[in-house]
Amino acid sequence: MSLALRDVSRTFNGTTAVQNVNLEVKPGEIIGLLGTSGCGKSTLLRAISGLDPEYDGEIEINGTVSKEIHDTTGFIFQEPRLLPWLSVLDNVTFGLTGSRKDKENRAIEYLESVGLRGKEKLYPRELSGGMAQRVAIARALVTSPEILLLDEPFSALDAFTKMQLQDLLLDVWKKYQSTIVLVTHDIDEATYLCDRVVILRGQPGEVEKEITIEQERPRDRGSEELAHLKSEILESLDLNKQ
Amino acid sequence: MAEQQNNVTAGYVKPAPEARGKKASIKKKKDSLVKTVFMGSIIPVLLIIIWEILCRAGVVPSNQLPAPSTIVEKIISMAQDGSLWGHVWITTYRVLVGFVIGTVAAIVLGSFVGFYKKAEQLFDPMIQAFRSIPSLAWVPLFILWLGIGETSKVTMIAVGVFFPVYLNIVSGILGVDRKLIEVGKMYGLNTLQLVKRIILPASLPSFLVGMRSGLGLGWMFVVAAELMGASQGLGFLLVFGQNMSSPETILASIILFAIIGKITDWILKLVEDRSLHWQDRLEK
Repeated sequence: MSLALRDVSRTFNGTTAVQNVNLEVKPGEIIGLLGTSGCGKSTLLRAISGLDPEYDGEIEINGTVSKEIHDTTGFIFQEPRLLPWLSVLDNVTFGLTGSRKDKENRAIEYLESVGLRGKEKLYPRELSGGMAQRVAIARALVTSPEILLLDEPFSALDAFTKMQLQDLLLDVWKKYQSTIVLVTHDIDEATYLCDRVVILRGQPGEVEKEITIEQERPRDRGSEELAHLKSEILESLDLNKQ
Repeated sequence: MAEQQNNVTAGYVKPAPEARGKKASIKKKKDSLVKTVFMGSIIPVLLIIIWEILCRAGVVPSNQLPAPSTIVEKIISMAQDGSLWGHVWITTYRVLVGFVIGTVAAIVLGSFVGFYKKAEQLFDPMIQAFRSIPSLAWVPLFILWLGIGETSKVTMIAVGVFFPVYLNIVSGILGVDRKLIEVGKMYGLNTLQLVKRIILPASLPSFLVGMRSGLGLGWMFVVAAELMGASQGLGFLLVFGQNMSSPETILASIILFAIIGKITDWILKLVEDRSLHWQDRLEK
């Protein structure tokens, strides 16, 4: 599914958070929105998702322009946002329709792919942060979204769980070929995962630069190329102190 | 959600309950129940023994404060001649009917005010104003309007129950996490589905708190209602005991109030535990 942003701006009570963003995303591409805090990355993502319809400009999803929530988009939030009164299984089936049996089979399949087989009956309070976030990922994937929006999905996790879940995301992407827009402030994450990194900067945030990463996956987290890319990104953010 | 994040470092927070074996956990529950009952009864039992000794020794005059054994005898004799059941039944009946009416009214109005901004602007200020009237002040008016029969008593209890339930429902609905509502929206739920699948379950805890404090007030108001004029009921026994200068009748009635009140609260507590087992609460 393709996605296009044309001259998207968002103003909150007179203060512009992000302005004149243009972006074309090809089907199956992984795009990273990178920037320091307050440059409007999440604002942009909420506009794409339809959760925030108050933006200016046009967002076109698969050829149609609308400000509604699309049923083909999935959203993974910064926090797991599981419904605490539902078990893991019911949380994953939350967005599905159809017969109970079908829903559950589907949910179990996805729970398996995030490595949580056998934890269906637990409640969110019994999960660790990493497990809860994996349930949230399963919940977003189970509806087979053609566009997957991620808002700093791993930022609250420890370094090891983070890497594990990044690899999981790539597995899922390989399997279902979703288009992914990932908001992050973690440069390593962006260079490891994305086909293209869009750097936002300033207040109001504007697109500063786009960097295409051609390296084949799986990428080596410690490779020289990624290190070069990192310093290039740091430079464009004016954060490289040398 | 914040709790979940705090658990990050803890890794697996709790082993699955099945892992420990059902039998062991049931036994453990039983043990802890016995222990709770034992710990809780030490001080009351001691006090009752001291009271009994003081009465028997004649330190307090028995026409002022009868011994616990006299009170128990009184209850038993009332149970034997059958009058006890009538009093207990009619009082419980009044509380339950008043409770149901008050709760239903609170649910209807509370959800309206919670969901619709317009309804809040229309109704809430008025309800808040009514709330600041001490509910007992309505008594003379209700008697004037509805007579001294069951209707005025039940109405009074319903009024007492209404306010805590209403306030808790409204604050429960208004306090639902916006983030969870966004999850629902992301899955394309319409307003009705949002209410059913997210807002109602999320406001359930606060609703149950309201029900429990409403029930407590219901018991308070039944006493007031029965004091003002009744021919049967535990409140009537209080007046009757006073007129006959029989403190054991008054004390027996008080004790019965305590027992039934506790039982009804315990039933609600069971409902609460059942429906809120998912909550992440402090366990001491």
